[in-house]
Amino acid sequence: MENVKKTQAEINQIPASQFEPLEKNTAIEREVISAPSLSFLQDSWRRLKKNKAAVFSSSLLLIVIIISIVTIFFSPHDPTAQNVNYINLPPKIPGIDINGFNGTAMVGGQLVDKYAAANVPDDVYFFLGTDGLGRDLLSRLFMGTRISLLIAFIAAMLDIVFGVTYGLVSGLLGGRVDNVMQRILEVLSGIPNLVVMILMLVVFKPGIFSIVAAMAITNWIPMARIVRAQTMKLKDQEFVLAATTLGEKRSKIAFKHILPNISSVIIVQMMFSIPSAIFFEAFLSFIGLGLKPPTASLGMLLSDGYKTFRFLPYQMWIPAVVLSVIMIGFNLLADGLRDAFDPKMKE
Amino acid sequence: MNSYIKYLLKRVFYMLITLWLIATITFFLMQFLPGTPYSNAEKLSPEQIALLNKQLGLDQPVIVQYGQYLLNLLKGDFGISFQFKNQAVSNLLGGRIGPSMQLGIQAIIFGTFFGTILGMISAMKQNTWVDTTATLIAILGRSIPNFVFAVLLQYIFAIKLQILPIAKWDSFIYTILPTIALAMSPLADSARFIRTEMVEVLHSDYVELARAKGLSRWEIAFRHGLRNSLIPLLTLLGPLAVGLMTGSLVVENIFAIPGIGEQFVKSIMTNDYPTIMAVTILYSAMLIFVIFIVDILYGIVDPRIRVSEGSRG
Repeated sequence: MENVKKTQAEINQIPASQFEPLEKNTAIEREVISAPSLSFLQDSWRRLKKNKAAVFSSSLLLIVIIISIVTIFFSPHDPTAQNVNYINLPPKIPGIDINGFNGTAMVGGQLVDKYAAANVPDDVYFFLGTDGLGRDLLSRLFMGTRISLLIAFIAAMLDIVFGVTYGLVSGLLGGRVDNVMQRILEVLSGIPNLVVMILMLVVFKPGIFSIVAAMAITNWIPMARIVRAQTMKLKDQEFVLAATTLGEKRSKIAFKHILPNISSVIIVQMMFSIPSAIFFEAFLSFIGLGLKPPTASLGMLLSDGYKTFRFLPYQMWIPAVVLSVIMIGFNLLADGLRDAFDPKMKE
Repeated sequence: MNSYIKYLLKRVFYMLITLWLIATITFFLMQFLPGTPYSNAEKLSPEQIALLNKQLGLDQPVIVQYGQYLLNLLKGDFGISFQFKNQAVSNLLGGRIGPSMQLGIQAIIFGTFFGTILGMISAMKQNTWVDTTATLIAILGRSIPNFVFAVLLQYIFAIKLQILPIAKWDSFIYTILPTIALAMSPLADSARFIRTEMVEVLHSDYVELARAKGLSRWEIAFRHGLRNSLIPLLTLLGPLAVGLMTGSLVVENIFAIPGIGEQFVKSIMTNDYPTIMAVTILYSAMLIFVIFIVDILYGIVDPRIRVSEGSRG
């Protein structure tokens, strides 16, 4: 650091022998890229990290997913164990003495310790209270989140499998095959998906499998459309032509050359289809086409909570908040991913 | 113009195929169901059952029943309700179309109106806190399921504040809460849509010219921005109608509105198959019709589309 403090006069006194010319290499220097070169995914990841909403929502979702998996093994109570003595207990959290969270509830205008009234041992806590059958709401909430996410993920995966295959085949083969496949799609897309889902569930009694199947049957159409459009765009590009010229098989072109190039579009579409699957599951439960008890899903908890909503509103609000938070999280993340993968889309 | 008519005819043809497909799927799915129209009734002797089967045409082979069913559909005859004996499904549903329609139209008008305003403001004030707030409202509207929203409204305005009626279908005041609940997703969708469109329009050359001419920001927004953004909004009406239908099922139930959605849910609960079939077909027909009308309207307001669609067909 001393060198910096030298005055002009002092610098002039330094003998010329101590200076050494830099090697001239302007041709190379001009071409040097100062920033590290990023692959497509790295670049998207960098843009995604800048999006605060997406980072926040993805960490939130990650936490939700981890909790929902971990609680398979460490559930505070058994989510399906009924106990008629402990029905509709209010929330009680150790160490917190605020009315509404200490096991007391208003009964006829008076604050009553419901836990004492139900003879619950002092060391037993139901953090979010119990439902109308004495089951621990927190444990059921964990289970419900797990099942809802599971249904949504499976449905989204099936969308991808059907939609991508259909779109790839239709887009890549083109000609008459494409024409027929598109006409079929046109007719199918006219059918309102909700109607088909409800019909399916009326006929094949509700269960995880039939709900997922009902969703998969109707929801792959937008995916197929998008994949086809992207495939059409890509298949006339030079790298596909090169692969064809080199004698690559069509199926290999589809999976090795086209699929990786449209993966971002597929991921974004999938991220949008997950919240819609969560919504439909909740919706179907709400109108009475949900899973069979004692299995819980967020939708089941909501519709159970709604039944006693006038007297015990928290039994509905808690699953409603969790459901909404998950939906908001997926929507924000999907928005963020779309902007990150395709910065041109953002104004 | 001639090619446009050809295009329309093609669309009508597809519409009819779709409807036929829905009717067929519905019919054959219902064949899977156990039970007969009179399985809940008192014990019937085999002779009586045979008689009833003959009366209802159930002794015919399935394919004949199918033909009869399609013929009846064309006549608007959906059969007899299981739940309410001796009541034709068409009568049962006929009186219920009114409230559902009214709610749907109110929600579309309310939702797209406020959504447009919201989208416009956030496009004008792009990247300010106003924009952020508007985007947040849009995301909440898109993410929170409408039945949660409906219950929330009911809780705040009817139970806590007691300024609006909690349920029932009577005068206009009873329609306020369900309309708002239904309008949330149209509001969110149109706000988002208008914002994107407006931002694009505001960056175009003719807006630049208008600015150079000395028009004020808001004048530009209304005269040029809004007009050019509203046309594409029409395309959104189809998906919005689908969303409204979904919403109406639960919202009508929560607010006890005697509409088609409420009847549909009741029929699902009571396994009233003829009514379920009828509502399925009715809903599909309405939606297909709405989307068709929107397409035609779109061709009328934006001649460019008419030309391109026409040349394609």
